[in-house]
Amino acid sequence: MSMDRREFLKIAGFSTIGIGVGWILSRPGEFLEASQFLQTKELLKAKQWAMVVDMRRFKTEEDYRKVIDACHKIHNVPDFGNPKDEIKWIWADTFEHAFPGQENEFMPESMKHKPFILLCNHCENPPCVRVCPTKATFKRKDGITMQDLHRCIGCRYCMAACPFGARSFNYRDPRPAIKEPNPEYPTRMIGVVEKCTFCEERLAKGQIPACVEASNGALTFGDIADPNSEVRRLLNTNYTIRRKAELGTRPVVYYILDIPTSVVSGGESNA
Amino acid sequence: MYDGGKILVGIVIFVLFAAFPFYNNIGKVSAKPEPKLDTPVIQQLSEKKCVEPKDFMRAEHMQLLNNWRDFAIREGKRVYINSEGKEFKISLQNTCMNCHSNKKEFCDKCHNYAAVKPYCWTCHIEPKEKQL
Ligand code: SF4
Ligand code: SF4
Ligand code: SF4
Repeated sequence: MSMDRREFLKIAGFSTIGIGVGWILSRPGEFLEASQFLQTKELLKAKQWAMVVDMRRFKTEEDYRKVIDACHKIHNVPDFGNPKDEIKWIWADTFEHAFPGQENEFMPESMKHKPFILLCNHCENPPCVRVCPTKATFKRKDGITMQDLHRCIGCRYCMAACPFGARSFNYRDPRPAIKEPNPEYPTRMIGVVEKCTFCEERLAKGQIPACVEASNGALTFGDIADPNSEVRRLLNTNYTIRRKAELGTRPVVYYILDIPTSVVSGGESNA
Repeated sequence: MYDGGKILVGIVIFVLFAAFPFYNNIGKVSAKPEPKLDTPVIQQLSEKKCVEPKDFMRAEHMQLLNNWRDFAIREGKRVYINSEGKEFKISLQNTCMNCHSNKKEFCDKCHNYAAVKPYCWTCHIEPKEKQL
């Protein structure tokens, strides 16, 4: 059978339409379109989640340990037992390291050597989000700097961009280093970056973050956009500082300092 | 024709190379997989139904799981309303694997047969196999 060009094009055109229609008819997802996705009813909502760390309430080693353990246990954070491979979501470090440039020779000894509880600051202007090439790190509407580990390619740009050391890279398979895995939460795999997520999986169930729950009031979590929230009450009635505020990332983790009462009353008597 | 011999040898090597997947699988063809559905949780269901009809799940579960993970993690929407209007919590580890706790007999059977290796389990903890 011979065919001129015009006829060929006609047939070719109809076949293309045919393939297209066939594709639409056989297209997956007719159920997915019929279905819907919703938030959980229990979800705790906020405009901007924030945390206040009351350093006056951290006295014994136990106070630190229970807060850190609460997080690391439920989130299957591995413990390799060496600082080189360390993975941390919430940890403790000295004033000098937490607030560089703010330390001075004559600050109270108690503060100089007191470990501060540190975690991702869920910055309002997070550089980690800006640099992530895959959008694995992104900002949620409620202010949580979230990380989609399904997308993380382990390029570590976010680690370089975060000025707070809040992110850890999995140099090794974390599974063998998790003593009691929590079967309800995933682990991570080698080659991805991880950090604190403000317990978004717990917020979805109507629960406050695990570290806050375990802290006996030393940590307070709430909506900083709500003037009646507990975090706002604490910020209104205490002097607080934030880590490296001068960098403009706008951290939402605030610290109430532990100033020895003798210093405070001494000040008052001279006033 | 020059170098006919060399060309012939080349062709034979090429054919052997290109057909590697075929003869490598000779004798390995296993029976059609029959995934098992009997887990204690499924047995106790009054209506033994997955979140969507069986045929859909068979063909599209990967697409569904992909959507689930995006909605849960990226949009914070962790409830799925299926085509019948029923609600399910979105969680591979805690919802899917609650019923399909027999991962080896259910997931692995087909995945091995089809030679696909989903990497879900490098992070999501697979359930401990429960005996019936
Ligand atoms: S503390 Fe670091 S990781 Fe957390 S939001 Fe700020 S820049 Fe990103
Ligand atoms: S390591 Fe992961 S989260 Fe960080 S920038 Fe790269 S892709 Fe994004
Ligand atoms: S908010 Fe949750 S994830 Fe973040 S440090 Fe506290 S317990 Fe860990």
